[in-house]
Amino acid sequence: MVEEIGTTEEGDLIINVGPQHPATHGVLHLVITLNGETIKKVEPHLGYIHRSIEKMCESLTYRQFIYVTSRMDYLSAHINNHACALCVEKGLDVEIPRRAQVIRVLMDELTRIASHELWWGAMAMDLGAFTPFFHAFRERETINDIMEETCGARLTMNYMVPGGLMADLHPNFQKRVKEFITLYKLKINEYAELVTGNIIFQNRMKGVGYLSAEDAISYGCSGPTARGSGVSCDIRKLYPYEVYDKLEFDEVLETEGDSFARYMVRIGEMNQSIKIIEQLIDNIPDGDFQAKTKVVLKLPKGEFYSRVETARGELGVYIVSEGGTTPYRIKFRSPGFSNLSALDHMARGSKLGDLVAMMGTLDLVIPDIDR
Amino acid sequence: MFIVKYIKEVFNAVKSLFVGLRRTGYYFTHHKEIITQQYPDNRDTLNLPERFKGEVVMPHNENNEHRCTGCTACELACPNGTIKVITKFDIGTDGKKKKAIDKLVYHLELCTMCNLCIIACPSDAIVMAQTFEHSVFDRAELTKILNNPGSKIMEGVE
Ligand code: SF4
Ligand code: SF4
Repeated sequence: MVEEIGTTEEGDLIINVGPQHPATHGVLHLVITLNGETIKKVEPHLGYIHRSIEKMCESLTYRQFIYVTSRMDYLSAHINNHACALCVEKGLDVEIPRRAQVIRVLMDELTRIASHELWWGAMAMDLGAFTPFFHAFRERETINDIMEETCGARLTMNYMVPGGLMADLHPNFQKRVKEFITLYKLKINEYAELVTGNIIFQNRMKGVGYLSAEDAISYGCSGPTARGSGVSCDIRKLYPYEVYDKLEFDEVLETEGDSFARYMVRIGEMNQSIKIIEQLIDNIPDGDFQAKTKVVLKLPKGEFYSRVETARGELGVYIVSEGGTTPYRIKFRSPGFSNLSALDHMARGSKLGDLVAMMGTLDLVIPDIDR
Repeated sequence: MFIVKYIKEVFNAVKSLFVGLRRTGYYFTHHKEIITQQYPDNRDTLNLPERFKGEVVMPHNENNEHRCTGCTACELACPNGTIKVITKFDIGTDGKKKKAIDKLVYHLELCTMCNLCIIACPSDAIVMAQTFEHSVFDRAELTKILNNPGSKIMEGVE
């Protein structure tokens, strides 16, 4: 419940940020208790875009439910689909062809770059710089075009299906990705020039929203949020899936734990993703893009779990099967929810203006939190 | 050496602002690189990739014939009941009863463009079209019948 009265008994001010506040992405509602300009408490109120995805999935077959998961973390749609497809494949005990594995990893990394680009633009916009948004979208648009050509959609692709992929790569794919890599390398130092090195930006980020490694672990943070505090939690390294164990890339770690550290982790991750793509783009093996699966998929009775690293952190998919064609229960462990829960701890004692910087570096995607 | 450090900091701060301004100045003087599109003025030249998922359609050939056998595989594959296949029985040329579609009803307002029906169709009767301007004034217009009136199944499609 939102308090009707604007003040508490101690005379602290209560303000509501959202649901339609320009600084929030999606519709997140924060109830903030303020003492002057100092934050005493931040209470996120969720549920504005709850669509009951987990429950919906229970009435859909194992081929059908994947498309709904694109709508959870819509910026990492490919990676969500990937996690679900992995979980179903685990249940079916099928090994997908190597070509499909490589393409999946390529798509994941392209998605990660696209997601981080959007985050970078939106984050700079939250802090009052509008132009970076256009710079970020210029590069992101190239990725979206690549996706559109191969998967037929720009955001909700539904491209990774149990057993492999929905379609083979478009003949132009390799050429377009190489063009993108050239463009990216040309433009990435603009990011540093415009935003990273900027003194105003640095002063607003450094020392803001401190999260210690212990707190990051106890709040269950994952992804760049936890890695900014020095917690090694990259699923691609710790529990490699597909071909990640054969690739050379670094897990980007920063130890400061402030907003700037989280910012640097994401910038570093974009470069690592480019490195992964460069290793794979010329080495896509020939072969099938799909394993042979039955038309109607039936998982054996049991419980299955798969985890992947999305652009925001660890996504877990847990399926309980009763042996039928639809899951008995599905649970998604979404990274956004745990990352958001650390916001209250981070924000206490800091100023209201810094809250935007903290929320920006948490990279919240609200449909992922609400589901 | 507090004062030296202070001056250095101020110098670096001012320098960082000028580095950013130089990039801004570059784009101010190099405005030839256009990255936006003049939609909807460029409708005629707009080329969407052939795989773009805009809407489910059923192609007909010049004799008003389609490839749909009425097997309802697409209806079963669809996650949200977008497609309804209404079948009837035709009397074939040899006098035998034959199952055929009467109407293939498609609710565009429900479709999520997931492509599952296209993959499920055994006779490639439906495809994705590249149209995307779907807004209409009346919701009823979004319920479409994919087979043309008076259309028949193509010879040789089982
Ligand atoms: S594209 Fe998906 S939602 Fe649309 S009709 Fe086909 S199966 Fe149904
Ligand atoms: S469109 Fe294809 S899947 Fe659907 S009823 Fe016709 S033949 Fe069967």
